[in-house]
Amino acid sequence: MHLIVNHMYYSLLLCVFSYSVASVCNANSNAAGDMSVYGPVVKIHPVVLASIGDSYERRNEGASRVIGTLLGTIDKHSVEVTNCFSVPHNESEDEVAVDMEFAKNMYELHKRVSPSEVIVGWYATGFEITEHSVLIHEYYSREATNPIHLTMDTALQSGKMNIRAYLSAQMGVLGKTVGVMFTPLSVKYKYYDTERIGIDLLERTRDAPNTTNGLTSDLCQVGGAAGRVQDMLATVLTYIEDVLSGKQTADNSVGRYLMDLVNKVPKITAEDFETMLNSNINDLLMVTYLSNLTQAQIALNEKIVVL
Amino acid sequence: MATRKETPSTPTAPMASTSPGATLDSPVKQIQIEGLVVLKMIKHYQEEGQGSEVVQGVLLGLVVEDRLEITNCFPFPQHTEDDADFDEVQYQMEMMRSLRHVNIDHLHVGWYQSTYYGSFVSRALLDSQFSYQHAIEESVVLIYDPIKTAQGSLSLKAYRLTPKLMEICKEKDFSAEGLKKALIGFEHMFEEVPIVIENSHLINVLMWELEEKCTVADKHELLNLSSSNHLEKSLQLLMDRVDDMSQDIVKYNTYSRNLSKQQQQKHQYIQRRQQENAQRQTRGETPLPEEDVSKMFKPPQPPPRMDTLLIAGQINNYCQNVKEFTSQNLGKLFMAEALQGHNS
Repeated sequence: MHLIVNHMYYSLLLCVFSYSVASVCNANSNAAGDMSVYGPVVKIHPVVLASIGDSYERRNEGASRVIGTLLGTIDKHSVEVTNCFSVPHNESEDEVAVDMEFAKNMYELHKRVSPSEVIVGWYATGFEITEHSVLIHEYYSREATNPIHLTMDTALQSGKMNIRAYLSAQMGVLGKTVGVMFTPLSVKYKYYDTERIGIDLLERTRDAPNTTNGLTSDLCQVGGAAGRVQDMLATVLTYIEDVLSGKQTADNSVGRYLMDLVNKVPKITAEDFETMLNSNINDLLMVTYLSNLTQAQIALNEKIVVL
Repeated sequence: MATRKETPSTPTAPMASTSPGATLDSPVKQIQIEGLVVLKMIKHYQEEGQGSEVVQGVLLGLVVEDRLEITNCFPFPQHTEDDADFDEVQYQMEMMRSLRHVNIDHLHVGWYQSTYYGSFVSRALLDSQFSYQHAIEESVVLIYDPIKTAQGSLSLKAYRLTPKLMEICKEKDFSAEGLKKALIGFEHMFEEVPIVIENSHLINVLMWELEEKCTVADKHELLNLSSSNHLEKSLQLLMDRVDDMSQDIVKYNTYSRNLSKQQQQKHQYIQRRQQENAQRQTRGETPLPEEDVSKMFKPPQPPPRMDTLLIAGQINNYCQNVKEFTSQNLGKLFMAEALQGHNS
């Protein structure tokens, strides 16, 4: 039971901690404004974006953009995009050709592995939505109800990779010219826990000068995590000092988080904590001893057999 | 029906003290993986593999000098009973053909598998990896440990069979003499190849953008103090393996006892024969014919040593994992003590 107490308190502590750090950092900056949207929220997994980037890098000579199918699951208010594959296509001034056979085939193959994924839309790299997009969108409307169109600006025209999602809506005068309008949707990113840990590692690789990095092991990881917590502590401390010396106005909500933080460290008497700590350490040491013993045993066994 | 496959694995090469890349005498000294492959593997396990089932897939890439670059991968569907006529080879061929159309590297360079608490050392893995390595010299098997990853840091290891083990598998000689000849211990079965993760610049830009846009708070699982659950399961698996090992040892003991008993009987028989012959000679009778002794006393079958090797390798792997885990937890406990010390 001591272990449970430990575990709860310290993980709560860290949660509140990171929350307060986040609010400290955002104290002065505004969050990026979302366009107010109707329609489902689009939740994208990072693997989809990495896939799109990769297929853009591998595009054929002369192709200015790549397109592909998005797979995922549809919910009442949201569409979750979990997978994608690129589809070969040819685009010229006045015509566009998409290899639909290929798309169907790939979808079948993918369905074998994850039967719960359905076609939810399609993606295209590039900044604008062209007329050809309308045609392609029509094709996809036949495959899925209300397909989502995702664009990702891989050429970084505006200095950023604008990742946007659209839904098509009919517009125009009934009976006369009818057109299609793409209404934007709000895009959120959804991560599984393990995905987030993978992304953390990938983020660390990009900081190295030659963009490569090995996987660390053992205590290095704990050391790294401790270092990160230390950085966060430093940020919080500078904020507090600024407030104390009057350089920044105090924000009450941040103050409340900080108070939560300090109060979360459990108040245990020194002896109780000693006992808890010692019993945990004893458990771990015993397990280490046992595993060392087992390893010695099997090594010995092997030597004896070979004799 | 996915059984938990056990495979023999010996992660460290015998000369583990020096840097692993410099002393491997295999054609592949380093593995370079793209971030996309990592993400795909994570997603595959998350969505399709729950509990102790393993998920598998194929790695695609190319070989550059002494590096193996893995640039893409695709998953394999699970085996289910109602898919009896599912043709794996056909699926693979179609997938690779399709990927070729979109300019993805279609060269098969290995395969990946997820593992449950590190229990991947098994006959099945050995056989698969052998057939891969036999066909393609540089192939590797990537073992992805999702439970360890969920505890805070990505756990991905690449293994190849050592040349010695390849020889043995080729000869299919798994008896004790064969293994003794090749001097293979459970530590010399697999060699671990160091992994490096590399991303193109476009993906790096994407990472920056995601970091900016994403408001998911860090959860710091790595600093989690609870350890009993994980330790319990690991020790349970270790106990099972040790039981298997002891059964195996008992089998071997009975075999060697039978063998020595038989040797004794043989000697006794030969001696008696000789005595009788000597007696007969003294009495002037014809000596009895020398019978073929070996046909009368058929030697017992030596038990196959391969399983023992696998079990030993698996036990070794479990122990390594447990030790790593406990050392991390000890570090965390001391950190907690420091935190408490300041406040009390």
